[in-house]
Amino acid sequence: MSGFLTLLKRDLVLALREGSALGTALGFFLVVVAMLPLGLGPDLKLLSRIAPGVLWIALLLAALLSLPRMFEADHEDGSLEVMATAPLPLELAVAAKAVAHWISTGIPLALAAPVLGLMLNLDIGLVPALVATMLAGTPAISFLGSIGAALTLKARRSGLLLALLVLPLYIPTLIFGISAMGFAGSGQEGFLASFLILLAISLAAVAAAPIAAAGALRLQLS
Amino acid sequence: MLLHADNLTVERGSRAVISHLSFTVRAGEALLVVGPNGAGKTTLIRTLAGFIAPSQGLITLKGDTADQDRDDGDIADLCHYVGHLTGVKAALTAAENLAFWARYLGADDLGADDLGADGGTLLRERVDAALARFGLLALADFPAGLLSAGQKRRLGLARLGVARRPIWLLDEPTVSLDATSTDLLAGLIEAHLRARGIVIAATHLPLGLDQPAYLRLGPQAAGDTLIGEAGL
Repeated sequence: MSGFLTLLKRDLVLALREGSALGTALGFFLVVVAMLPLGLGPDLKLLSRIAPGVLWIALLLAALLSLPRMFEADHEDGSLEVMATAPLPLELAVAAKAVAHWISTGIPLALAAPVLGLMLNLDIGLVPALVATMLAGTPAISFLGSIGAALTLKARRSGLLLALLVLPLYIPTLIFGISAMGFAGSGQEGFLASFLILLAISLAAVAAAPIAAAGALRLQLS
Repeated sequence: MLLHADNLTVERGSRAVISHLSFTVRAGEALLVVGPNGAGKTTLIRTLAGFIAPSQGLITLKGDTADQDRDDGDIADLCHYVGHLTGVKAALTAAENLAFWARYLGADDLGADDLGADGGTLLRERVDAALARFGLLALADFPAGLLSAGQKRRLGLARLGVARRPIWLLDEPTVSLDATSTDLLAGLIEAHLRARGIVIAATHLPLGLDQPAYLRLGPQAAGDTLIGEAGL
């Protein structure tokens, strides 16, 4: 476990010092959300209705931007090879890196969403539900994304390929995130059910994705 | 400890880079892998480290306790792999780089007390000693990204000193090192051999070793008594 925490801490320190990944993701999130009202016109009712969906999709795309770097830096400087000889299994190393990605990208994006929601006339009463569903759903984004990042590690212009591979995997998270927001908005019961399924998807991703991603990394190393 | 490769064949892209290679290295011995470019030196080192699965043959490691065969997966846990890349993070300082590898590679021999707190004294001492050995102590708190290629290389090699691992797999360890640093590395390898370690290095230099065993790869190796053949 100590190796896990060591790697997690190093990745967070690197994310903090390099800073560019989060800046890019937040900037992209802001730009997408800010452009939408310009495209749709100033219909406040319409914007308010589509706000949760727009925020969710923009969050997925913004998180996707930082995924290629998850293993790339370690591969380029040789750290990945040394990590493969460490006592910590590669599966847990992948998990540590995915957790670091979640903390350094997923959480800040989820916390930024309500602020951007103001631009879309998001109902203030929906803010707690929005942040809760995003915090529950973003671990799945980081962990499922680690599979794509590992598979496309050596591919040139991996970003586009990564999006093609990973975005379909995000569909369940998106469906239940939006449906939870729908229930929260209409005041119906059912928010909890959708929210719990969202959590279950994230837990399944946390459990299964590191195995797949570590397998892909071993292939890339050979 | 005894590392034995038996009838090893490694294919890269359906071409046998190493074929029917057998050798044995005992504790306290160094094996220098030599041969022209493309002879399979890197492939051999990476196969020993467990990155590449041999298409044929076995790599076995016998521990000090007799008859204890282990599978090749365990060599990865017991080896230092130093490849063409340094494994140095530009955004961390030299000392932080080494402290990370010390914790990450040798967690069990540092003791649990030193792992939680940032400034574990044992860890710091070991990192400083490794930096000093390669003349990098003055640069300990300097971002590694600003070091020169040779200094980065030395920082990557300093990793050998912070975590105790019996098998060293070195792939061209002297690249971009000056003469002084090469001597330092040779001294480090000698000390490791005296401590009953194993060194397998792909190199063009003798590394200051007294009587290194040579493993010749490449077409001219056919009929070499030390090893089998290893054809292109």
